[in-house]
Amino acid sequence: MTSLSLRGIQKSFSGNPILKGVSFDAGPGEFIALVGPSGCGKSTLLRILAGLESADAGEIMLGDRDLSPVPAADRNIAMVFQSYALYPHLTAAQNIAVPLVMRKLTRTQRLPVIGPLMPGQRKAVAAIKRDVREMAASLKIDHLLDRKPGQMSGGQRQRVALGRAMVRRPSVFLMDEPLSNLDANLRVHARGEIVELHRRAGVPTLYVTHDQAEALSMADRVAVMIGGSLLQLASPQVIYDDPAHIEVARFVGQPRINLFPSQVGADGTIALGDIRVGLRREMVVAGASVTIGIRPEFIRVSRTGQQGLPARIDRIEFLGSEIVLYCRLDAIGEPVVAKLSPAEGVGLAAGMPVRLDFSADRLFVFAEKGHRLPSTPLDATVMLETVHG
Amino acid sequence: MNASAFTLGRAVRLSILIFGAVIFLAPYVFMISTAGKAQSDIFSSSLSLIPQHWSYVANFTKALTRVSMTTLLWNGVVVCALIFVFQVMIAIPCAYAMAKLKFRAARLMMVLVMLGLLVPIHATALPLYVAFDRMAVLNSYFALVAPFTISVFGIFLFLQFFRAIPDDLIHAARLDGMSELGIIGRVIVPNAWPAITAFAIFSVVAHWNDLYWPLIVVSNQSYATPPLGLLYFRAAEAGDDYGALMAATLIITTPLVAAFLLAQKRFVEGITMTGLKG
Repeated sequence: MTSLSLRGIQKSFSGNPILKGVSFDAGPGEFIALVGPSGCGKSTLLRILAGLESADAGEIMLGDRDLSPVPAADRNIAMVFQSYALYPHLTAAQNIAVPLVMRKLTRTQRLPVIGPLMPGQRKAVAAIKRDVREMAASLKIDHLLDRKPGQMSGGQRQRVALGRAMVRRPSVFLMDEPLSNLDANLRVHARGEIVELHRRAGVPTLYVTHDQAEALSMADRVAVMIGGSLLQLASPQVIYDDPAHIEVARFVGQPRINLFPSQVGADGTIALGDIRVGLRREMVVAGASVTIGIRPEFIRVSRTGQQGLPARIDRIEFLGSEIVLYCRLDAIGEPVVAKLSPAEGVGLAAGMPVRLDFSADRLFVFAEKGHRLPSTPLDATVMLETVHG
Repeated sequence: MNASAFTLGRAVRLSILIFGAVIFLAPYVFMISTAGKAQSDIFSSSLSLIPQHWSYVANFTKALTRVSMTTLLWNGVVVCALIFVFQVMIAIPCAYAMAKLKFRAARLMMVLVMLGLLVPIHATALPLYVAFDRMAVLNSYFALVAPFTISVFGIFLFLQFFRAIPDDLIHAARLDGMSELGIIGRVIVPNAWPAITAFAIFSVVAHWNDLYWPLIVVSNQSYATPPLGLLYFRAAEAGDDYGALMAATLIITTPLVAAFLLAQKRFVEGITMTGLKG
């Protein structure tokens, strides 16, 4: 059981910084999802970890061993590629056996004609065959072992790729969007399987994806990378409920978080309609631009109430278990998205005027540079001194 | 079966193709015919395709006895095989490095390969001849094989093919514990058979039929390749036993024709470079 830690990994391609000093630790047996929009450097980070690229600066530690000078072949890191990268000329069984053959047989034992004559070769080959069969059985692909990748479906290839990666019991497991080539149904099913396989293997796993739902549903901790920097690394719940940066809030959550530009008032509070939010005085100056964010599910919609901001419904999306309302605020013309249960949405129609009531304790305030400002909800009637005091 | 399949347009197209095929095949057919004719037939004023007196047996016997045909064929096989093996052994790792590895001189190498494609053997023949003469290696397999072991055409052909192999496949192989040579042997070569077959045809045809270079470096009959042997054959026969000469030519061209017919499908696959599907 080893842990993995990265310190200040930097990489640039022809003067273009791709990774701007990424650091984090993955505990033994931890499943970390690396999530971010395409081009944020997450795949590059994975390649550097695997040893397929070299970092310009920074170090990679596995336990207390520095991996930076170790070539990819000797790192004992396994990777599942987006394209699966199975050897097209080998059967599934041979594909899964490759990492074992390369590690457990000596150079002479691997030779085509002389190999089988070498002492101990038969025993080693038999052991490899047994391991391959066990692996195949646990992935339920035993019936595919004689097929070549060209004769298998996407889901089957993905399992073979998983088998090839896991069969040698690597000390770190990397996955580069392994589910993105599967159809939607299979993808949801495969999520559960990968989590289960990870639990059994018990090694640190880094899972790269651009699908935030995958990241939130599978990982112990989610690392959000944007523009080559790691913005937040926390449990899925913290990432969602307590984003540290505006980009994290914007990237995670479907439909996307509502964001409104605003300004800090003279008294150090921010007002949005009849809601006021207090900020700690040392964090801001009066008049500074900030952004207020609220997730769609924390907006209450009423047709008759007097509370909340007046708005008009642009469009309604019925999604079965929920309803998504696209509205526009009357006062500032900003679009707002609200998520309701079907019961709450009864009787609503496009074009209808409504009132949107924001849950004040669910508001996020972000500074102009994007980092989160700690805020306290204030009742409009409460004296401001209680906050500032 | 479509009733309108055999339309006028199709008939015209087919007849043009057949006409072309006949033109290209005519010399070969005429060679087969001449190989069966007696001397009197060949020099008669009328031109007939079917020999009036069948003398295949006589001509082939002459062809096989007067020159050591087995030596010629054996030399051809040895020279072509050696050239091909060395070309592949050098071109595949070289093309792999240029296609998939990052190193500083990659650009320069590419330029050199392109330049190499532009230089014909005729330009370098004289310096090579002088060098081989000084080394006292004329009249040897070495002299016949050495100048062709590095084939820029081969490097270029494999380079194009290897570029189509996905990078992830190479990465996976590295993570699975293979060395770069291991990758070439276990991943690249097994997936490059179409390209290797195509290259084999180009290489073997060119060197089996080559007269220019053997003529320069070989004067000893025991190292003569098939085309050079034909030259000796003509000289030995005072240049007028065409029946026997055609029979000898027929013997010499047969291996290539047979090889092409057998490898035809793979050859076409290699030329079209269908590449790998993921």
